[in-house]
Amino acid sequence: MYSFDIQRPTSLADAVAALATDEALPLGGGQTLIPTLKQRLSAPSVLVSLSGIAEMKGVCTNDDGALCIGGGTTHATVAREATSYPGLAALAAKIGDPAVRNRGTIGGSLANNDPSACYPAAALGSGATIITNTRSIAADDYFQGMFATALDEGEIVTEVRFPVPEKSCYMKFEQPASRFALVGVFVAKYADGVRVAVTGASEEGVFRWTEAEEALSSNFAPEAVEGLSVSGDGMISDLHGSGTYRAHLVGVMTKRAVAAAI
Amino acid sequence: MPKDHGIGASPKRREDVRFLTGAGNYTDDINVHGQAYVHFLRSDLAHGKINGIDTSAAEAMPGVVRIFTGKDFEGVGGLPCGWQVTDKHGEVMKEPAHPVLAQGKVRHVGDPIAAVVADSLEQARTAAEAIVLDIEELPAVVDMNKALEPGATKVHDDLSDNLCYDWQFGTDTETTDAAFKNAAHVTTLELVNNRLVANPMEPRVAVGQYSRAGGDYTLYTTSQNPHVIRLLMGAFVLGIPEHKLRVVAPDVGGGFGTKIFHYAEEAFCTFAAKACNRPVKWTSTRSEAFMSDAHGRDHVTKIELALDKDNNFTAVRTDTKANMGAYLSTFSSSVPTWLHGTLMAGNYRTPAVQVNVKAVFTNTVPVDAYRGAGRPEATFQLERVIDMAARELGVDPIALRRQNFITQFPYATPVAVEYDTGDYEATMAKMEELMDIPGFAARRAASEKNGKLRGLGINCFIEACGIAPSNLVGQLGARAGLYDAATVRVNATGSISVMVGAHSHGQGHETVFPQVVAEMLGIDESMIDIVHGDTSKIPFGMGTYGSRSLAVCGSAMVRATEKIINKAKKIAGHLLEASDSDIELKDGMFSVAGTDKSVAWGDVTLAAYVPHNYPLEDIEPGLEETAFYDPANFTYPAGAYACEVEVDPETGKVTIEKFVSADDFGNVVNPMIVEGQVHGGIAQGIGQALLENCAYDENGQLLSASYMDYAMPRADDIPHMAHYVVDHSCQTPCTHNPLGVKGCGEAGAIGSPPTVVNAVIDALHSGGHTHVKHIDMPVTPSRVWAAMNSQ
Repeated sequence: MYSFDIQRPTSLADAVAALATDEALPLGGGQTLIPTLKQRLSAPSVLVSLSGIAEMKGVCTNDDGALCIGGGTTHATVAREATSYPGLAALAAKIGDPAVRNRGTIGGSLANNDPSACYPAAALGSGATIITNTRSIAADDYFQGMFATALDEGEIVTEVRFPVPEKSCYMKFEQPASRFALVGVFVAKYADGVRVAVTGASEEGVFRWTEAEEALSSNFAPEAVEGLSVSGDGMISDLHGSGTYRAHLVGVMTKRAVAAAI
Repeated sequence: MPKDHGIGASPKRREDVRFLTGAGNYTDDINVHGQAYVHFLRSDLAHGKINGIDTSAAEAMPGVVRIFTGKDFEGVGGLPCGWQVTDKHGEVMKEPAHPVLAQGKVRHVGDPIAAVVADSLEQARTAAEAIVLDIEELPAVVDMNKALEPGATKVHDDLSDNLCYDWQFGTDTETTDAAFKNAAHVTTLELVNNRLVANPMEPRVAVGQYSRAGGDYTLYTTSQNPHVIRLLMGAFVLGIPEHKLRVVAPDVGGGFGTKIFHYAEEAFCTFAAKACNRPVKWTSTRSEAFMSDAHGRDHVTKIELALDKDNNFTAVRTDTKANMGAYLSTFSSSVPTWLHGTLMAGNYRTPAVQVNVKAVFTNTVPVDAYRGAGRPEATFQLERVIDMAARELGVDPIALRRQNFITQFPYATPVAVEYDTGDYEATMAKMEELMDIPGFAARRAASEKNGKLRGLGINCFIEACGIAPSNLVGQLGARAGLYDAATVRVNATGSISVMVGAHSHGQGHETVFPQVVAEMLGIDESMIDIVHGDTSKIPFGMGTYGSRSLAVCGSAMVRATEKIINKAKKIAGHLLEASDSDIELKDGMFSVAGTDKSVAWGDVTLAAYVPHNYPLEDIEPGLEETAFYDPANFTYPAGAYACEVEVDPETGKVTIEKFVSADDFGNVVNPMIVEGQVHGGIAQGIGQALLENCAYDENGQLLSASYMDYAMPRADDIPHMAHYVVDHSCQTPCTHNPLGVKGCGEAGAIGSPPTVVNAVIDALHSGGHTHVKHIDMPVTPSRVWAAMNSQ
């Protein structure tokens, strides 16, 4: 990697100030950024580590009953502590391997918005709110395509608020090499309807499968999605599967997620 | 009761203490005072003409010692190929130049263009970014069929085309054609043996050192055969005589074949150490390994099997295109020919076997031997076509194999080799017992209840190990002898150092070899250590590959130990005042037959080094003997494998539920280590069958260039140990080496891929997907799903 300076602020305010420097980059758990640096694909002058900011860590429930997770909270912590939202805790427990789960953070994952990452499906599938140092962003407005989000330069994900559903499940079909999601489907049933979010499949990144949401909102059962399908157009096609295959897996994983959620 | 020491016992691997406690001494652990670091600037184009390389800006950068390009190596030899294949027209293979650094053209992604030597690795990398390349991109040839088309872009402009050789072997065409004409049934199968990247845990490393005082060089390198590197690099590339070149391969973290070969980076570091008057170190990154370690397999084959009306095999004919990549790696030419064609008879008494192989140059990384080397390619196609024939004929695949087994030994095949011994019926019966074949129907029914398709795959294999008689391989084009050597050095107090030419990079030689010597002498294994991997310490050695260590080098060690025993008996006879012919050695004691007179091992060894009371007029002091051993034949391990898979019909995902191997390795010295070798080999074979896929796009870009896209098998891809049974109880000892051993290192990787694919096809047929005749490896979920839905 190229040489850089590192800053380790202990408050959000200091982190925001440090990120105002030209060519500064925020460092969450580093599960994407560190490999990128090692390959010399990124050359920041300053890395601002967010891992020392206590106010960005932890899991709690707010007055509205929403599960609030600090942006700097690791996957392992979410897996262990998000007990009020078992579907989310189970998703966190299966991200990467133990090393990844003990370093990687929810804020880092959502800021990166890898098209095959798990957390975007949970956030979009829960209708979560992404809180930053400057504003609140609804998940429906946050994800803007592969590796693209509504975040501005230097904006930090400080917290994610998840409305807790009645029932939920995430089903991931793993890409054989990376074990990222080849297709991952997050299904969440709320009193006012069902949300279905799909990761890994689309060239546009995570998306909601509205046709399935409608069918499942009237009948939350695996049979409800029989016969429904997404188009293979616009799906990722690579060594590990064609767009058609991914589109097919969206249906299979949705059905399985519903079956497991019931 | 199992033995607790000596041959047949399973002491834990003594080398693991240092490996598991971080005390191993791997090549990257070696740092030489004053060393500089080299970074190779590699081609990101598959094919291009080098118009210019401007290193001036880079040379001025901090820490840069010197920058080398192909020009610096114009007076130096290229990397040699160790095996000359003669084609069916009697012409020798095309052998293009293989420069250390690219000259004139780049021919694959990863081809080294320039080498930056600097005080630190980061400085070298940074300076390399300042090198200005003027390279004109040329069309790449990747697909072998397209490479052979008239007018195709040539990988090497000085050759007439991209065909390295067109080889034919075995039964003549007239006889073979007649057998097919008279056949009652012919089964034809076209298949691909997928390209693989070996990915040993430790990437390659080279540290070159030069002493101006003595004019001598030392190369520390991750090699399976340091003497071979000394010979190839010394004699053919850099012109350094053996006595001025020491090659050390210390602890090496896995090889799987890919560390047999002599690589450009080794020659570079040795050359640059003198040119810079500084030690030069290179450590491969994993990314570099993907584009610079020789790849494995990559065959495209059509195989035909002819049967008579009684389902006896009457002929096999194969037509293979073998990818050589851009250059001939050290043993690349031998793999699709002599290591593959000679095994095409398999375990069967097929009277006519004809093998045709075209080797093809493409703009890809060179391809060479990988665990099994030619034999997995032979086994895969033969056992797949037999399985397909059984399905077409509606006969039991076990019965069809069984009825065609070779049962009389020795057996001379139509493809030049003579199997000395074997019992294929015994391993088949053992496999059937361990697999509980009669219980399969119930297990299938249980899987179906869970919505899964269950398949049973059967496979038999034979391999030729312990390469090989030197006079034979010499006739076949090998440019080396394939004996091995060992020195047994008995010290004054009776402890022993055995210097062996075999190299251990995971095999466990340090545990196994002492078991043999201890058994022969009747002393404790802890008194014996193995020395290997250093040309300055061991007499000579052709190294470790082809499952040859114990069969060849172990035999040399036995012969040297026999010489030790003979001499020690003379000393004992002198001490006991008896004729040496009356001396018996048992449990470390020399005694006079029929008397109670005896003298201990340690007394005899001490006498050899303190020869006060010693027959100096008859024998020399000291107790050290060397033997070279050249085998009379290959060894022929064989076995029967079976596995059960479940296929998820909705996703196409295959899981291996149960795997059984019944191998015949002849005598077994350390059963635990043999079982570990087979477990590992099968895991690697499962990797090839289900996961691993080294893929290029049509422009020659490597698509699977990291673990993000190249799928290695992991623990949960392999059945739980309770359902992962390896057996070696069927033993027909090798008839021509002193230990009666055959070799076990590659069996698992040879026997398992067809087993898995046969099981997947069986599962799909059980689910009504009878249109699926074959799926190419790796049998990934997407490929299975696509095959199921291809109608």
